[in-house]
This record gives sequence, C-alpha cells and structure tokens, in this order.
Amino acid sequence: MTISTDALTVGYHGTAIVQSVKLTVPHGKITALLGPNGCGKSTLLKAFANILKPMSGDVYWENQPLQELSAKHLSTQLALLPQTQPIPEGIKVKDLVAYGRSPHTGFWGNLSTTDLAIVQSMMVQTNVDELADKLVSELSGGQRQRVWLAMILAQETPYLLLDEPTTYMDINHQVELMHTLRALNNQGKTVVTVLHDINQAARYCDHLIVMKAGVLICQGTPSEVLTTEMLQAVFDLKAQVHKDPVSGTPMCIVED
Amino acid sequence: MITPSRFFLFSTLLLVFLALTSLSFGAVSLSFLDVINGFFEDSEHYFTIHEYRLPRTLLAIVVGAMMALSGALVQGVIRNPLASPDVLGVSHGAGLAAVLYMTFLPDASTNWLPEVALVGGLLAAIVLWLLCGTSSSAIKLAITGVAMAALYGSAIDFVLLVKPLEVNNALLWLTGSLWGRGWPQLTSLLPWLLLIPLGLGLAKHLNLIDLGDDSAVCLGTKPNIIRLISLATAVGLTASCVAICGPIGFLGLIAPHLTRRLIGGRHQVLLPATLFVGALLLVIADLVARTINPPIELPAGLMTAIIGAPYFLWLLFSLR
Repeated sequence: MTISTDALTVGYHGTAIVQSVKLTVPHGKITALLGPNGCGKSTLLKAFANILKPMSGDVYWENQPLQELSAKHLSTQLALLPQTQPIPEGIKVKDLVAYGRSPHTGFWGNLSTTDLAIVQSMMVQTNVDELADKLVSELSGGQRQRVWLAMILAQETPYLLLDEPTTYMDINHQVELMHTLRALNNQGKTVVTVLHDINQAARYCDHLIVMKAGVLICQGTPSEVLTTEMLQAVFDLKAQVHKDPVSGTPMCIVED
Repeated sequence: MITPSRFFLFSTLLLVFLALTSLSFGAVSLSFLDVINGFFEDSEHYFTIHEYRLPRTLLAIVVGAMMALSGALVQGVIRNPLASPDVLGVSHGAGLAAVLYMTFLPDASTNWLPEVALVGGLLAAIVLWLLCGTSSSAIKLAITGVAMAALYGSAIDFVLLVKPLEVNNALLWLTGSLWGRGWPQLTSLLPWLLLIPLGLGLAKHLNLIDLGDDSAVCLGTKPNIIRLISLATAVGLTASCVAICGPIGFLGLIAPHLTRRLIGGRHQVLLPATLFVGALLLVIADLVARTINPPIELPAGLMTAIIGAPYFLWLLFSLR
C-alpha cells in the first residue's frame, strides 16, 4: 500500500508546476513535503489525491495509476485535509464529521449505528465532541480545523494527506495537532503533510521530501536532509544546524 | 433551527389549511361546506371550485415547489446564497422567447407559449454553458448569468417598445400570474414532476460540494458531473414553470434560503423541506393577490416581488 510517482509533471491551466518527479512515499511513516513558496509541494499533494491530473507521467496507488481507479474506491484509501476550508451554512459539527462517512454510505447517505459510533469516536479523538451540536459557522479557526480533521478521520482511510494543517494555528494547537498525527501514525496510518516550518517537520516527522521550483531536491530522515548546504541551496538561507536539546532531532538556527 | 419532523408536520398542516383557505376565498367567498360540496358535480359551486380554484391552487403548490427546488439546486452547486434560477438568466431567456413569439407572431396560437418559453429557457442555459464551460468557477457562472439575464431583459424591453400594439398580452404574462390557468396547464406540467425525485437524489453529493471541490473529489464524488446534472435539472424545473405562469420572481431565491434558516443546510432535509416552503409561499402570494381587492386580481409574481426584493437587499447587506 503506497503512493508513488513516475516522471510526474503536473500543474494548472497547462503550466507545469511540478516537473518529472519520481518518488515513493514511505509506508507507515509521517512524511513532510517542504520547500519555499511556489515550489510545488501543495500541487504534488493534490496530484496524490487525484484532484489534479498529470500532464505527463503517472501517480500510482498500489502500483496502479490513479486514473484507472474508481473515485469511490480511492475515497476509501486516501483522505485529504485541504489548506482552506469553506464554511458550509447551517451545518452542525456532527453532520460535517458524518459527511466523512460518505464513501461508506449508500445512495441517500443514511448512517448506520456503526457509522454513528465512528463519527462519535473521531470527534472524541480530535477533542471536538463537546461541539457536536454547534454550527460549523460558529467555530473558531482552530476548532474548525479539528472538526475537519475528525471528518477526514471518519473516512477511515489508511493514508492521510494534509495541506499545511498548522499554518493558521496558535503554537499550542500546532503542537497538539502534531501529537495527534503521531497518535494516528501509531494506529497504523501513513501521513503525508505539507509543512511550512522546517524545525516542526524535523521534530515531528519521520521522512522529509524537499522541493524547489517543481523539482525534487532531496529526501530522507530529518538528520540526512536538514543540512546547512540544503538550507543554502533550497531556501537561500545562511543557517546553522544544531541538535534540539529536548528531542535530539536536528533544528536550524538562522545566522543573521 | 427546528427539528425536521416538527417542520414537516407543521408545514403539512399549514399547507392543507392554506389550500382550503385558497379554495374558499376569491371574487366570491364560500363557506367550508360549500368548498367540500364544490368537489361534486351536482353542487352550484362545482364550476368555481373544481374547474377554477382547485386546479389553480394545485398549480400554485406544484409551481412553488418546483421553483423552490430549482433554487435550492442552484444555490447548492454555486455555493452562493444570492444564486437562483433568475441569476442564471433562465427565467429571462424563457421570457424573451415568449415575448418574441407573442409580438412577432400575434396570430399564432397561444397554446404553444409554454413550449416556446421552454425552448428559450433551455437555450439561455446552453448559451451560459457555452460561455462558461464545464469546469468554470461558481463566481464566473453567476456573473455571466447575471450579465446574460440583463441582456435578455433589455431585449424584452426593446421588443415591447418597438411593437407597442402587442404589449398587453406580453406584459400580463411577464409579471408572472396564475390567472386563468387551469387543468390543461396543470396536466402539461405533470411530466416535469419527474425532475423532483432526480433533484432530491443529488442530496448526498450536494452536501459534499458544500465542502469545496477538492474535498468533494476526495470523498468520492465528481463535482463537475454533479454540477451539470443539478443545473440541468434546475433549468428544466424553472423553464417548465416559467412556461406556464411566466417568471414568478424571487421564489427560487427566497424559498431555499428561508428553509436553510429554518432547518439547516443538510440537503437530505433541505431539499424536501424547500418543496413545502416554496408551495406555501406561492399559495399565500396567489391568495393575497386574488383577495386583496376583488374582483380585480393582481399577479402572484407581483406579490413575490414585493416580499422578495427587500429580502434580497437585506441578504445583500447582511453579506457585507
């Protein structure tokens, strides 16, 4: 069970953003996609989710091109947390989380007792069960993010794709989210997330994939990837790499 | 918000009550007993009730429900509370076709008016489709629709100014009225009722479209195909109604909006509920239009516009 790409070129409106990328996402790990703005990390994530179709090359799920798989089947394998989430009108938190069961429900979307139990347990896991009867439009940004996470967890997919999940969060919620991702990973889920914060990625993720200008630059464990040379080459940044005194993972400190 | 079961119970009772009221009042007021007797051929009120008020009341219920569902489908896929079939230019397209037919072929039979309006509505939808394509953004679709509606509106005005002699018929029809409509119009609308279950069947997918296209794709639906089916269904519903009653403004905008405020945005409840709200609104509008100053009848479209226009403005301002 893996996502892989071969000579993948993908972009918007005929302009290639990601160019001939070949990689395999490590199964059972938390992987971060890193790189400067516009490097194509979100585009790559959308290609993984079959939202953007390849201009050339292919994305594979279990060695089968995504195009050949049915949308229904794929929706039981991959779940996506988008970067921005529209606010549906007049929808309660428990309804939104229940929408995550859609791939498993029938024509009219009726929820079985099993579905309801899963919805409840996912709300507990992301700590939003107390908000169940509130309208999604009444929530704060951080709460809404957790509700959407509960929604995609209710999809019960082995793989989770997240697009900058921590960007608009307070630091305590960021840490909480990264811990939740680790807990999910320990339950057997593979997580692929676009992140902005390099130190956050190095501390909480197992595998880093670095991109620049649509091209894959390097990948590996945080200590393999996070080097002064890489920071200079990719981010045009003079920085030192030190050991995080608490976790022992590498972290970068910017020189003037 | 109120619970769905309470809503459906209450709105069913209210609809029955209003339908009976609508049968009782008009140019002549009848007692409840007269209304019941009027269903049987030997009653002196048989003509008033069975041939005149009953089909008209039923038509108000059916047209109200269809316009409301049409609006709910459009709002569902365009993700904009200001969207409605009027916004897509469908109503105006149908209106233009009918006005052209009435003014340039004054001797032709008015029996063909519904079909002509229907063709106009569908053509307007096809023009919109050609201009916007399959994967255009919701905003682009709405803005193009508004622009086309304005164009058709101006064309209607132009025709009416150029051909002032045939204006009367066209004006009467253009305000949207149930006046003089009876069993033949109701019967001709029946096949189009098949669009109602088709629209209701989209409920689960419309929920997912509310979450944005990316999420909808990942939850296993195909937004572009759902959008195509929804809009086609909405166009069919609107055009067939406009063909019979003329453009009854704002109904497709207000009914789904009001419903969403009452029982929430989950489409499995919203879509069936909006049928009731639409039916209630048009029965009330027609009742008021008929009884406000008998025996003179105002068009129901005038009543919906009087309520609808301020509602639309309030909506616009509350969106900032």
